[in-house]
Amino acid sequence: MATLVLTAPQDMLARTAAELISKHGGVDRQRKLRDDGDELAYSPEVWAEMADLGWLGIPFAESHGGLGMGMAETVLITEAMGRGLAPEPFVSAVVFGGGLIADAGTAEQRAAWLPQLIDGEKRLAPALLEAGSRYGLDRVETRAQSNGGGWSLSGEKVQVVGGVGADGFLIAARTEGGLTLFLVPAAADGLEVVAQKRVDSRNSAIVRLNGVQVGAGDVLGDVGGGLEPLGRVVDRATVAVCGEMLGVMTEAFERTIDYLKSRSQFGVLIGTFQALKHRAAKMFIEIELCRSTVMAAARALDAGDSDAELQVSNAKARCSDALILVTNEALQMHGGIGMTDEHDIGLFMKRARALEFAFGDAAFHRQRFARLRGF
Amino acid sequence: MSDLTAFREEARAWVEGNAPEFLRGKASDPNAWAAGGRKASFIYPESRDWLLAAADRGFSVPTWPEQYGGAALSRDEALVLQEEFARLALPMPLTGFGYSMIGPTLLDHGTEAQKAEHLPKIARGEIRWCQGYSEPNAGSDLASLATSAVRDGDFYVINGQKIWTSGADQADWIFMLVRTNPDVKKQRGITFILVDMESPGVEVRPIRLISGASPFCETFFHNVRAPVHQVISEVNSGWTVAKALLGHERTSIGGMGRGGARTSLPDLARDYVGVDDAGRIDDPALRERVTQCEMDAMSYGLTVKRHGDGLEAGHKPGPESSMFKYYGTELNMRREELMLSIRGPQALGWEGEGFEPEELNQTRTWLRSRANSIEGGTSEIQLNIIAKRVLGLPD
Repeated sequence: MATLVLTAPQDMLARTAAELISKHGGVDRQRKLRDDGDELAYSPEVWAEMADLGWLGIPFAESHGGLGMGMAETVLITEAMGRGLAPEPFVSAVVFGGGLIADAGTAEQRAAWLPQLIDGEKRLAPALLEAGSRYGLDRVETRAQSNGGGWSLSGEKVQVVGGVGADGFLIAARTEGGLTLFLVPAAADGLEVVAQKRVDSRNSAIVRLNGVQVGAGDVLGDVGGGLEPLGRVVDRATVAVCGEMLGVMTEAFERTIDYLKSRSQFGVLIGTFQALKHRAAKMFIEIELCRSTVMAAARALDAGDSDAELQVSNAKARCSDALILVTNEALQMHGGIGMTDEHDIGLFMKRARALEFAFGDAAFHRQRFARLRGF
Repeated sequence: MSDLTAFREEARAWVEGNAPEFLRGKASDPNAWAAGGRKASFIYPESRDWLLAAADRGFSVPTWPEQYGGAALSRDEALVLQEEFARLALPMPLTGFGYSMIGPTLLDHGTEAQKAEHLPKIARGEIRWCQGYSEPNAGSDLASLATSAVRDGDFYVINGQKIWTSGADQADWIFMLVRTNPDVKKQRGITFILVDMESPGVEVRPIRLISGASPFCETFFHNVRAPVHQVISEVNSGWTVAKALLGHERTSIGGMGRGGARTSLPDLARDYVGVDDAGRIDDPALRERVTQCEMDAMSYGLTVKRHGDGLEAGHKPGPESSMFKYYGTELNMRREELMLSIRGPQALGWEGEGFEPEELNQTRTWLRSRANSIEGGTSEIQLNIIAKRVLGLPD
């Protein structure tokens, strides 16, 4: 198994990422985007700067115009973004969307999308969820009917992260023989994008497909063979989300520790109370365990290890449980002020919930772990 | 990497050539473990052969310097050697407090003369050690210990009582904490000293636990004379040495969370609970608990590895041993509880008929495991240490 230590270049990348996020205002930026009711709900200038630094190309092979790095580096970017609650759709557009094209796309499809995605000029949004899908990748009602050499898509996708303002969508639809993936331009006739408001205030959309006509060349991968690449790329996106979760929990935890060291009641700092100290120490341990599992899962995917899926589910289950524990405790330890909208700690709790449910919660991944191990 | 490959070949050849046939597959059989000492009684004579063969090659204490009986292996080489032992499910050739606690402490804090006197005897299993820390009135608050040592010429005269001295009835020497100055802050008046258990005035009484007979003892000191040159580090600076040694102890107790060559939880559950038509453990609630326990063990193992990788890469060691002690022991205790749940009423045997030997063993290991979160500093003390030294929370 790979070494669970950052290399010097990885350490540098993590620092640079943290600097970029805080330079643009950290959590304040997320609050302002929310309060302004910003339609895009993220900052195009931050996205452009991420592109300039090459980060949008981190997970792609150099032959696809990327930096040829892996998940070990990707999670450093998402961790920094999590710390500052950065709302840019990096995981959905780059790791998931771009990843799917790199994994299953033809040379033409890669050439048509990846260079512009990596440059920050085009944005992709994978449309995975439907109102009834929960976490099953194959729980898809959207249908694609073949007609005259092309396809007609009908259905409704929900909570498409980064869907508002996207240039193209990746749509999973049911066809004869299974699930098929389609690359659909946002401008396609019959495609309607409606902004959706979620608790985490991120860019989210309903995508309605009313007999959207696409060509045979818009099929991504094999007809009826969509589930396999989808599963592979969702594992990568899951680990990227785990990196983000690690950032959110670490920041919420550190802010809480600072609060315990500054808030006085009964004439003493509340951090002197053993009832709080022990809970803080347990959270510290949980976060340490999370970090190990995220590093291990990222490296297992990069190395193509046979236990990679097991490592991914271990990391996502662990991070989901720990993130909810930490953000709930963070609010409790802040007391009444934590319940006010004015205080930032609630923003961490809201983001936490969205990340918990992204690509399966703890129970889902424990079940998957058990199934993979044959329990 | 190629160096490690070469070492692995060498280690494998040595293990194949020297490990007694009889001990292969006996890694988890406590009867096969050797702690050595003058009173050593090897239940299997092959354990003695194994110990001596390993000692001749430096593999009883593989990371120690060669002049003290070790093989001067790097951490990675030592892991490779462990893997080669594990490949044949061999017991470690040498166990005990000499190897795991006082040896590493002497390497860090001993004088050249002290190392030369004690380390080679540990390496060859000639001297067995026990630990004199806790006292009846000094448990979690260890620094309040009262066993006194008063200087008399070239000797200290020791009076008092230690408790929880594991293996004191089998040990040849004890490393202990004594009060040499009662008039200063309690941590400042403690001295770390080595005492021969054959000295006149040492008396040992075994303690019976809820799990039955145990290696724990009470150890009494009546005017026991110990030479001044057996003091480790400076007089009255024993607390620093003691804390360093507790780090070794915590890491070693915490290691129990890592699983290894023990009973497989899922196999045990399939065996006792049965499987459904899909081949799954036929009790969804137990299956979930088994899964959680296996995932926790995996995450804990990864964290131990990450910490080790960090040390290897030159990161400074911190108070992580408290984290490992806390999590490793809590995990082991949960595992024991889960094994009881899996075996159900068959886990209630004490002795005699109606129970399989491993079921009788289960009852005892479960009861014994309840001490894991008490010995070596309670779980609550570990959380205090993390709160103070890692998180910097105020007193």
